[in-house]
Amino acid sequence: MLTYILRRLMYAIPILIGVNLITFSLFFIVNTPDNIARMQLGVKNVTPAAIEKWKANHGYDKPLLFNKNNDGMAAFTDTIFYTKSVKLFVFDFGSSDEGRDISHDIQQRMWPSLAIAIPSLLVGLLVNITLAMLLAFFRGTYIDITGVIAGIFLISISALFYIIGGQYIMSKLWHLVPISGYSEGFSGFKFLILPVAIAIVGGVGSGTRWYRTIFLEEINKDYVRTARAKGLSEIGVLFRHVLKNAMIPILTGVVVIIPLLFMGSLLTESFFGIPGLGSYTIDAIHAQDFAIVRAMVFLGSVLYIIGLILTDISYTLVDPRIRLS
Amino acid sequence: MVWRIALFVSVLLLASCGDGNWNNPYPSADRLDNTFYSSFAKRPKHLDPARSYSSNEYQFIANIYTPPLQYHYLKRPYTLIPLAASGMPVVKYLDDAGKTLASDVDVKQIAFSEYTIKIRQGIQYQPHPAFAKDEAGNYRYHDLTDKQLEDVYTLADFEQTDSRELTADDYVYQIKRLAHPDLQSPILGIMSDYIVGLPELAKQLDAAYKKAKQASGTKKGIYLDLRGFDLAGVKAVDRYTYTIKIKGKYPQLIYWLNLPFFSPMPYEAIAFYAQAGLVEKNISLDWYPVGTGPYMLTVNNPNLQMVMERNPNYMDEYYPTEGEQGDAEAGLLVDAGKKIPFIDKINFSLEREGIPVWNKFLQGYYDASGISSDSFDQAINITTQGDAALTESMQEKGISLLTAVQTSSFYTGFNMKDPQLGGYSESARKLRRAIAIAVDYEEFISIFNNGRGVAAQGPLPPGLYGYRDGEQGINPYVYNWKNGRPQRKSLDEAKQLLKEAGYPNGLNPETGDKLVVNLDTADTGPDAKSRLDWWRKQFDKLNIELNIRSTDYNRFQDKMSNGSAQIFQWGWNADYPDPENFMFLLYGPNAKVGKNGENAANYDNPEFNKLFDVMKNMDNGPERLALIDKMVEVARQDSPWLWGFHPKAFSLQHSWYKNVKPNLMANNTLKYKRLDAALRAEKRQAWNKPVTWPLYTALLVFIIVVLPGVISYRRKEHGKGGKR
Repeated sequence: MLTYILRRLMYAIPILIGVNLITFSLFFIVNTPDNIARMQLGVKNVTPAAIEKWKANHGYDKPLLFNKNNDGMAAFTDTIFYTKSVKLFVFDFGSSDEGRDISHDIQQRMWPSLAIAIPSLLVGLLVNITLAMLLAFFRGTYIDITGVIAGIFLISISALFYIIGGQYIMSKLWHLVPISGYSEGFSGFKFLILPVAIAIVGGVGSGTRWYRTIFLEEINKDYVRTARAKGLSEIGVLFRHVLKNAMIPILTGVVVIIPLLFMGSLLTESFFGIPGLGSYTIDAIHAQDFAIVRAMVFLGSVLYIIGLILTDISYTLVDPRIRLS
Repeated sequence: MVWRIALFVSVLLLASCGDGNWNNPYPSADRLDNTFYSSFAKRPKHLDPARSYSSNEYQFIANIYTPPLQYHYLKRPYTLIPLAASGMPVVKYLDDAGKTLASDVDVKQIAFSEYTIKIRQGIQYQPHPAFAKDEAGNYRYHDLTDKQLEDVYTLADFEQTDSRELTADDYVYQIKRLAHPDLQSPILGIMSDYIVGLPELAKQLDAAYKKAKQASGTKKGIYLDLRGFDLAGVKAVDRYTYTIKIKGKYPQLIYWLNLPFFSPMPYEAIAFYAQAGLVEKNISLDWYPVGTGPYMLTVNNPNLQMVMERNPNYMDEYYPTEGEQGDAEAGLLVDAGKKIPFIDKINFSLEREGIPVWNKFLQGYYDASGISSDSFDQAINITTQGDAALTESMQEKGISLLTAVQTSSFYTGFNMKDPQLGGYSESARKLRRAIAIAVDYEEFISIFNNGRGVAAQGPLPPGLYGYRDGEQGINPYVYNWKNGRPQRKSLDEAKQLLKEAGYPNGLNPETGDKLVVNLDTADTGPDAKSRLDWWRKQFDKLNIELNIRSTDYNRFQDKMSNGSAQIFQWGWNADYPDPENFMFLLYGPNAKVGKNGENAANYDNPEFNKLFDVMKNMDNGPERLALIDKMVEVARQDSPWLWGFHPKAFSLQHSWYKNVKPNLMANNTLKYKRLDAALRAEKRQAWNKPVTWPLYTALLVFIIVVLPGVISYRRKEHGKGGKR
């Protein structure tokens, strides 16, 4: 398995170089180094000399991808792309164009994102699987039909509606939880109730329908009939046999997103005032802060690759027939 | 297991809902604290006074730093008074040989002006670790080791703090910082034109910085002690006096002296923050200011909240004893002569969206609020006379409304270098004036700004010296004075002007084609469509086709810089309340194209330029006023802008928030405000009682839904033939 993981990690290197090159190209198609400097220096009294000085101070005075004034490797290494990218591969994200240490900012902001994302994922998974099991158990009955219709109804509603509606009803009308905010420790629990509840309700329609389909596929297989024939209760059949055998498609969807939970959710964090990573990249794009954009895209790619590797590893845990080689 | 989880969740819920209000976002122990609660939508980029130049940053640092001057809180027109200075600066004019000239000497003879500023004695800095010394008298935290830095994450992690007295040297140090290459101060360019020796200092510092950077191989931890560099035009005369020598005469300098750029900076703070270990932990002057102001920043987490607390070392300062007419009646002089600040703590929370801000304000969790377009109808009724009044629901809560026209202009400019719309011929002027009549800004303000603004009559906004109100202030090329108010000229007059300009009915007589003009704008996104449709309709009134070229702001700026725009939209917010700050937007040598100035229309009328050169250096008085009137007339005649509108700020405040008066020039007004925390706690309690019946109902519904399922399951499991 170790060889397999190492090989997958080696494959990741060209992928990350490619992602970095695409990010770089897209960013600099829209923004020039002059634009970045102007944005950082403000809109008033910005002189061309100040722009040139800012670019020199921040390493944006070099050519983008190829330096024709240099020979050999220096033609590639003495460029914005190389100087701004190479340190990423040792996870040295450097400083933002504002001058703040990016690694430090990420470390600070990932915890609030996780505080929302982990309970949303775990409780959401529990609720979705339980409801899907319930519908599978009552398949073909009025409960199943009602559940499916309700699921479609819930899928059809926009996430923004859940957020605004939830804030309006729970906080404005009923005064049950704060409308927005965040704090650390136990006192912060009240701030998490509404965003987590909304994340669960928002995902319950699609999640339940998806898991129901998986369970229904399993429920008609021979081993289920055998389990029933042994005299197991239906609950026992569902949770001890069907769920276990339905784990591969569930893991495919779930494990891959676990590392990405660090990245947070833009919409939820914006409306609830959560100081997470969700808005970090978007703020950086608005502020034309290339240092943060490249760091966050790079980190997102790394986490996604890790998620895929973890998914593969998790298959071996739930299905002994699978071997990584 | 389930019961254990339920118990744990219940304990958490109880722990987080301390008082009776479950939706209280603040700790219940703080309910009676003398804390002002507000929000901010955009995180500040810089808090270093040499770098910061935006209003969302000034709302913090203007309360932390003390430049020599400040605006009087209540008096109008805006008046500068001493803050850290013991009196107003004394100006001395000098000739080339350094000989003192009479104060009324002709401006052409003035080679230099020297401002002498005396500061108050005994002002102390806020407690800060940069000043802490050990038993041997050495600075305790100026040479931190990695081990000492291990447990340091914020400034509050330093155990020892100290203070020292403010001196004139600190003001000199800060002015030198404007030339520091790593700071890129936005006013270095403009100040280099005036302050003697500043460009030379910038060159010296640039060379020294490069040398230090090469030697260390990194940017982190480079410390240039500016005390070792000389700035010819700025000197500390004694411990409490310093002078600023500028080239020629520049009366506007005193307005700059109220901005944070000219705040004091202790060298100890710079030495402290320059340490590489602190830079790596994002502990910098740009993040943790060191000032002598009424408040100090104690929590800086701009992704969540910024907290300022009363500076225990703040100097003796008192609430103003006089204001303008009506202030006493409005209760604004109740606290006259009392020591300020009144509020102990300021808590700013980050709120990216308008809905939570508005609802928290209505719940009493924010003490004041602006009004977004979404909430406007809920808060404001526009009377038949066009006046704004609070709705009944707002009045019932005891909320009050304050409005003020901002010292800003949002205008639409013509590129005067454009062969079709630009130029100074009579036909070009008539074409622009015809468009100026057709574009109905009153309608624009009503539709897109909820009536929050006044149509501009010229380049100067209300509140500035030279602005004229009433009939004498109207733009006669666009308005008539009727029934005691300006009335836009008729469309027929606009069409007649268009005909005289050579485009009868909007057609080019040579080709017979419709006149097509281009509007360049950075107004994009879903909301922009209706605005841009409105613009098309305005031009359509004259049978002119408006072609809209929307781009992102980067492209827009590029177009403006190279002069390829034809019509464009832009705005300007006053730096200081002097007409020079708006008139220079039309000054030829300040053109955008070729000179990279702020005159985006590239307007270059020799008569206007000549008048500006004289007006800018004059002191306010009848002579200056006459010149301003002439300049406004010249500009109106040429119509390089559709003068646009001046936005009107609406703010709401709760009944417990006192001493509130809009002051659009001052940023350090928190120290005058007062709170009635007991009244606030009482109102919050009354307005936020939890409504619990939906919880019980939800539980009941859950049981009703689940119960048949459970029964059905039991039947299936135990009933005859129940198993499949």
